[in-house]
Amino acid sequence: MAVNNIWVFAQVSNGAPTTGTLELLTKARSLGGTVSAFMAGDGAAAAAALGSYGAAKVYATGDLGGKLPGVAVASAMKAVIDGGDSPDVILFPQNYEGRDVVSRLSVKLDRTVLTNNVEIAVSGDSVSVTTPIFGGNTLVTTTFTGSGPHLAVFRPKSFAAEASGGGEAAVVAAPVPDLGATGGATMTASHVEESTGPKLDEADIVVSGGRGLGDAGNYGLVETLAKQLKGAAGASRAIVDAGWVPYSMQVGQTGKVVKPNVYIAVGISGATQHMVGMKGSKHIIAINKDKEAPIFGIADLGIVGDALKVMPKIIEALQGK
Amino acid sequence: MNVIVCVKQIPDPALPGALDPATNTLKRDGKLILDESDSYGVEMALQLVDAAGGGEVSLVSMAPNGEVSGMRTALAMGAAKGVLVSDPALQGSDALTTAKVLAAAVQRLGGADLVIAATESSDGYTGTVPEQMAELLGLPSVTFAKKVAVEGSSVKVQRQTEAGYDEVTCSLPALLSVTAGVVEPRYPSFKGIMAAKSKPIEEVKAADLGISPVGWAGAGQQITSVAQAEARAAGEVIEDDGEGFTKIVAFLENLKVI
Repeated sequence: MAVNNIWVFAQVSNGAPTTGTLELLTKARSLGGTVSAFMAGDGAAAAAALGSYGAAKVYATGDLGGKLPGVAVASAMKAVIDGGDSPDVILFPQNYEGRDVVSRLSVKLDRTVLTNNVEIAVSGDSVSVTTPIFGGNTLVTTTFTGSGPHLAVFRPKSFAAEASGGGEAAVVAAPVPDLGATGGATMTASHVEESTGPKLDEADIVVSGGRGLGDAGNYGLVETLAKQLKGAAGASRAIVDAGWVPYSMQVGQTGKVVKPNVYIAVGISGATQHMVGMKGSKHIIAINKDKEAPIFGIADLGIVGDALKVMPKIIEALQGK
Repeated sequence: MNVIVCVKQIPDPALPGALDPATNTLKRDGKLILDESDSYGVEMALQLVDAAGGGEVSLVSMAPNGEVSGMRTALAMGAAKGVLVSDPALQGSDALTTAKVLAAAVQRLGGADLVIAATESSDGYTGTVPEQMAELLGLPSVTFAKKVAVEGSSVKVQRQTEAGYDEVTCSLPALLSVTAGVVEPRYPSFKGIMAAKSKPIEEVKAADLGISPVGWAGAGQQITSVAQAEARAAGEVIEDDGEGFTKIVAFLENLKVI
């Protein structure tokens, strides 16, 4: 079995594939063989974009009617595989939908799942993936044993997205079979909490706050500086858990992965959980009271001091700019 | 209303992690504590049972040894009993095997109206086990639940999304994975700690649950290399003397972002 049939779990928002989907398609076509996208919803609108990044075919489930994608998409994938088109590898994005679909599918196929990867390599019949652990200090490479489909999940921004110039992907219907009891969950409403300004995972400058700000009322300093720099405001898990800001602002392993030009960490000590989400930033500035804080180990510029004293001075200095 | 909570006993996350050089798995031989992520699920389960006016909270856990201190913490919070699948053969198990073991432990307890797990553990964080368990148990599931209320034979959930949250209604029985920070986990009282010492924890082996192969033999994966990542060098670190902000402003000017 060489690797010659690769699927990508594709996510589409307002008719356009997400950046993460394009990253995975780009990587998939570099591995050789045929690439197919598999998506929830109607495939027609996204077929051209998916094709231009290398998908020859797009399996589309049609409207899910409020069903959560995890069990619905996994069941549709299983039906296609049982129908005879069995991929060697399926690539998933490390996000909510990706994780839910791959978990359900792993049980349906009785195959292991390897998560949190940043790289994949194919050598003959063998497929290996690489995962950073301990905050990214150590890279572990793991090889799938047994037969495919191999299920691999990748962190955002692991690969660059580059168009292939391919033509429109052929849309193939992949309807969701009867889910029985497992289909008991239905979405009834959706709420968006994101703030205005550039999106956190796309902004050129990110200013993030942590526990060192003392209390929720001081988070405004982070938002003000982010606005002055036309950037986005982020947060450590500690202050999201404490309820200061919504989860959509969390940077880290369980939040968003950011790689801005400049990352400013304010009152963040640099827990492993946080560092894996931002250490790919081009330039890192840190302000923290504790000079032993791990964040200073990766910062290009570190100020050992009280964020509540330093921040107002920066904000004032930038007001004239 | 009976709720089963999956809990994991992990090495203290405040201590630096290390790999066992012989097996390349995470060293888990020191003292294990209750994963803080799981304390939220335990608290939520206790609150749901309270609100329902009856029933109990049970625990399932898996460990390569007979460690129970983390489970005792959850029992001290108010859970009634637990099943620990403790078996050296489980070392090296992948997430799917873990899910099979925990799902079987849930069945050994006779199932429940709700099964609750954290979204991911703090030490291994594959984040797939809850949804894999739901599939194995044939249950509907809602992952990343941040607010949960039981209404009759269904559960209403606010499900965290990347942009905000969704409202989801799910029939019972069901499985939920809950985010950290949804509720404030209670501190065990002295009375709770004393009572926990005599609460039952049934210890079983993987074979008792009819699951094999487990551990290395059951894992569809093999670690083939471990390497150090290229380290990011530290830059200039200065003590703030009241003028530290000028360094930051100059740094930003130099990059031409202001």
